[in-house]
Amino acid sequence: MNRSFHKSQTLRFYDCSAVEVKSKFGAEFRRFSLDRQKPGKFEDFYKLVVHTHHISNTEVTIGYADVHGDLLPINNDDNFCKAVSSANPLLRVFIQKREEAERCSFGVGSLSRRRRPLALREDGPRRRTHLHIGLPHDFRPVSSIIDVDILPETHRRVRLYRHGCQKPLGFYIRDGTSVRVAPQGLEKVPGIFISRMVPGGLAESTGLLAVDDEVLEVNGIEVAGKTLDQVTDMMIANSHNLIVTVKPANQRNNVVRGSRALGSSGRSSDSTASRHSLPTAHVLQNLPPDEMESDEEADVVLEGVLEPRLVPRPPPGSLARVNGAGLAPGLHSPGREGSVQRLLSSLRSDPRHSLALPPGGVEEHGPAVTL
Amino acid sequence: MRRFLRPGHDPARERLKRDLFQFNKTVEHGFPHQPSALGYSPSLRILAIGTRSGAIKLYGAPGVEFMGLHRENNAVVQIHFLPGQCQLVTLLDDNSLHLWSLKVKSGVSELQEDESFTLRGPPGAAPSATQITVVLPHSSCQLLYLGTESGSVFMVQLPAFRALEDQTISSDAVLQRLPEEVRHRRAFEMVEALQEHPRDPNQILIGYSRGLVVIWDLQGSCVLCHFLSSQQLENVCWQRDGHLIVSCHSDGSYCQWPVSSDTLQLEPLRSCVPYGPFPCKAITKIFWLTTKQGLPFTIFQGGMPRASYGDRHCISVIHNGQQTAFDFTSRVIDFTVLIEANPEAALDDPYALVVLAEEELVVIDLQTAGWPPVQPPYLASLHCSAITCSHHVSNIPLKLWERIIAAGSRQNTHFSTMVGLAPAPAPPQPRARLAHELLRHLLQEWPIDGGTSLAPAPPQRDLLLTGHEDGTVRFWDASGVCLRLLYKLSTVRVFLTDTDPSESLSAQGEDEWPPLRKVGSFDPYSDDPRLGIQKIFLCRYSGYLAVAGTAGQVLVLELNDEAAEHAVEQVEADLLQDQEGYRWKGHERLCARPGPVHFEPGFQPFVLVQCQPPAVVTSLALHSEWRLVAFGTSHGFGLFDHQQRRQVFVKCTLHPNDQLALEGPLSRVKSLKKSLRQSFRRIRRSRVSSRKRRPAGPPGEVQEGSSRAERTGLQNMELAPVQRKIEARSAEDSFTGFVRTLYFADTYLRDSSRHCPSLWAGTNGGTVYAFALRVPPAERRMDEPVRAEQAKEIQLMHRAPVVGILVLDGHSVPLPEPLEVAHDLSKSPDMQGSHQLLVVSEEQFKVFTLPKVSARLKLKLTALEGSRVRRVSAARFGSCRAEDYGEHHLAVLTNLGDIQVVSLPLLKPQVRYSCIRREDVSGIASCVFTKYGQGFYLISPSEFERFSLSTKWLVEPRCLVDSAETKNYSRLHDRSGPEKASGRARNSGSQSDGEGVLKEIQSTLEGDRGSCGDWRSPRVAVGYSLSNGGGCS
Repeated sequence: MNRSFHKSQTLRFYDCSAVEVKSKFGAEFRRFSLDRQKPGKFEDFYKLVVHTHHISNTEVTIGYADVHGDLLPINNDDNFCKAVSSANPLLRVFIQKREEAERCSFGVGSLSRRRRPLALREDGPRRRTHLHIGLPHDFRPVSSIIDVDILPETHRRVRLYRHGCQKPLGFYIRDGTSVRVAPQGLEKVPGIFISRMVPGGLAESTGLLAVDDEVLEVNGIEVAGKTLDQVTDMMIANSHNLIVTVKPANQRNNVVRGSRALGSSGRSSDSTASRHSLPTAHVLQNLPPDEMESDEEADVVLEGVLEPRLVPRPPPGSLARVNGAGLAPGLHSPGREGSVQRLLSSLRSDPRHSLALPPGGVEEHGPAVTL
Repeated sequence: MRRFLRPGHDPARERLKRDLFQFNKTVEHGFPHQPSALGYSPSLRILAIGTRSGAIKLYGAPGVEFMGLHRENNAVVQIHFLPGQCQLVTLLDDNSLHLWSLKVKSGVSELQEDESFTLRGPPGAAPSATQITVVLPHSSCQLLYLGTESGSVFMVQLPAFRALEDQTISSDAVLQRLPEEVRHRRAFEMVEALQEHPRDPNQILIGYSRGLVVIWDLQGSCVLCHFLSSQQLENVCWQRDGHLIVSCHSDGSYCQWPVSSDTLQLEPLRSCVPYGPFPCKAITKIFWLTTKQGLPFTIFQGGMPRASYGDRHCISVIHNGQQTAFDFTSRVIDFTVLIEANPEAALDDPYALVVLAEEELVVIDLQTAGWPPVQPPYLASLHCSAITCSHHVSNIPLKLWERIIAAGSRQNTHFSTMVGLAPAPAPPQPRARLAHELLRHLLQEWPIDGGTSLAPAPPQRDLLLTGHEDGTVRFWDASGVCLRLLYKLSTVRVFLTDTDPSESLSAQGEDEWPPLRKVGSFDPYSDDPRLGIQKIFLCRYSGYLAVAGTAGQVLVLELNDEAAEHAVEQVEADLLQDQEGYRWKGHERLCARPGPVHFEPGFQPFVLVQCQPPAVVTSLALHSEWRLVAFGTSHGFGLFDHQQRRQVFVKCTLHPNDQLALEGPLSRVKSLKKSLRQSFRRIRRSRVSSRKRRPAGPPGEVQEGSSRAERTGLQNMELAPVQRKIEARSAEDSFTGFVRTLYFADTYLRDSSRHCPSLWAGTNGGTVYAFALRVPPAERRMDEPVRAEQAKEIQLMHRAPVVGILVLDGHSVPLPEPLEVAHDLSKSPDMQGSHQLLVVSEEQFKVFTLPKVSARLKLKLTALEGSRVRRVSAARFGSCRAEDYGEHHLAVLTNLGDIQVVSLPLLKPQVRYSCIRREDVSGIASCVFTKYGQGFYLISPSEFERFSLSTKWLVEPRCLVDSAETKNYSRLHDRSGPEKASGRARNSGSQSDGEGVLKEIQSTLEGDRGSCGDWRSPRVAVGYSLSNGGGCS
């Protein structure tokens, strides 16, 4: 699962070796500084923090605001290091009691303007114990290669995460012809290919998809026999959690597995031969189904919005909420920090609401979000 | 994890599905697209029309219809019935001949192709040697004479198409038997006419294109006589007794030649250029028909003065000093005259002229003075102005039905009833004036009445309303096999347009020459495209009708049985609501006619709401109980109280970044490159799938085989590098504010204890707005204003356009239509259990609880199949086994042309059928579902295909044509004709829908309500249409 972020991890060096830290716990905050070059160990930092805030007896989690405004955790040496090195110039640290923190978890958009946090983290009933190893908690996943163990080596199943990422998905597909091995010999069949990458787009930045890769499946549904428009519609309908299985045009970077040669590199169409994709009953084997469900973006319901054209601001009782499978029930009650954040993030993500809510209404709504 | 259960493994459910669902394309309504040939059998009294796509359609009495499709997709050039037989021969433009026959199978006639044949010449002969120009079926029914371009007449034996090569009448053979002086200049000319002697089957007439006509003795193989004209021959007609020949020529003249044993005729008896003396166009076909009065009917096509009327499509009728040139708005394909069928009769006595024009069928009554047109019971030109939208209303109450028919009958007074010679109907009874009118309208006799319709009387009265580009709405009786025009409503009167609508067709001067008379209704030219009708909503209980158009106009109309003159109240709805900085660059709004306007009986507008900006109305809903009408455009939606004539509210749905929606359709920037690419792609597609209709065979469920065939088709085709961008939808996309659907519901919007009226709107951007309404009680309805308050706004995160909204009651049954419960036609909805909200977007079906909108269930369509919802409508599917068992489900049409049934409320896909070609965008856009599982879509601009998803509600032709039956048949306009005809129909149990309705009307007027009880069962549960936008798709 470890991917392309390694190169971005190179530390930058600033003239000033000291990093200013503003640490906030509840309403109170402390300021101190750290050495940028030698930030030290996470454990020491943790002790320092609980000490400065006089909360040594409580279990807390520590997070920081990264350059994107996302709330990311500090729970090991690596991400501590990253936090310090990316401070520009101020490192804003947020401390939460552990039980609180678990409800309103880290992730993209959890701090500010973007949408829901993504579902990779432990959440709700499926919570496991925290593994304080270098899990990619502190990074925004943008893509992953999945199902390596069940796919032939010639194929690659790529998952693109679009949440919170402002980048466009950014690729184009086209019709084409693909050569298959059939009992009668080679056979030309129509296929769908990636035709273009948008520079700076998500697809390009992952490096996992390339021009002329043949698209074999979209979220587990074979594209064979489907038109370009159908495949386009399927991809767009799945754009919040797009999983494409491709046969890369460049077969040299394939994952090589030692003994289990599942597919010889000459074959191309066999990966899904055993699975007859039944539209309604389809699952990608390797993904826990509830993860797929919870991953889905939920609809936003705004209640009791304004009397049309009369009232300039929302009535006090108005609230927004998000419904969907993946939410813990506690979040629905108004006033909780989490749901307000959600409300705001959903409102902000959708400037259309400015027609209904007067400008400034969002900021006015609660002190909880003056970040 | 419901969706991981594999569906369809419950055998009981599978059995039930078989009882409920079945897919059939049943009838094609309307006028065949691109007709290319006409045939008529006087003995069967059946008309045949061939089309350029290779279809042949047979029409007899109303309800008697057959359709056949040649395997080759070649145009049908000629159709000939074999005399007295249930067989016909077609000639295609690939020079192939096909023999079709009507065979009786299990009591019902079926049209099938028996044989096909292509004429082969001797080896080495030029292709023109066997290019067939004329076909003559011999009266013996054993032989077919084929005139060719080379001038030879070939003989082919039927039914096996065995060529009798030794009997070919070559032009050389004919020349050798001609006198020397004619012989030298007559080589290699094509056969233009072949006619059998009316009395003597041994003689045939052969007309050659350069003007030579010979009468050939088949037994003696000799020329009996010949006629030589100086002009190119176009066609020949043989007088019934065989004593006279009338030939027509390319210079616009026709000549009469007496047939006598003197072999040589140098000069015609009489030659005439009817529209001379200036050069005229050719007369391409002529009829010379004898009558009792002694004076013949001369009927011919063409011959108009070339310079001034050469572009007219005319057929002239000359009789007894009268002459009329019927002027058709489209090209005349062919025509025929209905005459005495009995070959023994001495006189032709023509009674009707049947003209197949390119866009319509026109029948002229030749027996009534003035030769009025007859309104055909079928083959209606749906596209007389282009169809812009359609709306179907099932199960019309009798009262409304009668009133619409009554209004329509007043519009049809110019049509002949063809009952002139029938005994006068009994004097109208005092209270039956209306019935008398209806009688007149319905008793109109149709001269083409062959065959017997065995189809059961339609189970209910259905209306199909079509909106047209010229601002008219046409009301069609869609109950049975014949789609018949009941009433036409024009909204033009309300507006000031450039042209004066009162300019009528009769503006022709009295003594003008040629005596042109416009006939037919095909008029594709619209005065003003803004008049086009985009949305229609009819309340079948109250008679309120809402009609909305291209320039943001919304009219509310009320049915009035009397003519009236009143002013239409105008209101402007500003959908932008003070949003600054927007500039509408589209069309201007229509100008309403000030002051009182005269309206004929029928639907009369009383309120005009004009949306501002005047963008096309994209959705419309009417609630006749609350007296509210809701309308939406690409800018927002509004609610209007048509009782108090007051606007309740407007809501702007625009996204501020959406410039396209603001500027209007005219300024829409479209890349030329892109549009060129698209059109090339379209051309390529259409070339690949040029077969419009699928070959015969039951249209089955989507099969693997077809997709394989398609794949191999793709293989052969050069794939174009067309690419598509993959990008998630965002709020900033264009036209997100476009209102796709509006829906009224009385439901639990705010809390679960009180239900209230509500209005729901769905947009292109995946937003659903819900407004709680407060409608004052009836007694204070005029005193208190209707209030509205926004209660909910749902943003679907997948942001796909919302195409349908529906509320299900506590029993998961769609809420009834307004006034339905009040009229005891539906059970009251269950207001105890919790209501559910169904939102259908192009990509997903989603059920939410009410009043707390939380997602309960969903069915993803696009993510799994790559198809999108184009049309959705709730329908009740009755079981074919259990009389009163039925289920409510959603009928869904996707952008791939598939039709699916999705269950309610669990959203399980039930069945899927492929119905429309995916390339047929206009077909898919035109689809309407009925509330009982049938539907219509346009297969051409002029034809609706009717299909059925239900096993129970199936309207299809079932008819019997028997050649023996017609043997002793007597002509309609003999004195005993109509009585006999109708008597026969009644005895055989057949009821054309007109008669059925009539009977019922009579029984109602007599106060005998019991007899029509079978029309509507007291417990009819009805389906619910989801108001469905679609103007943009």
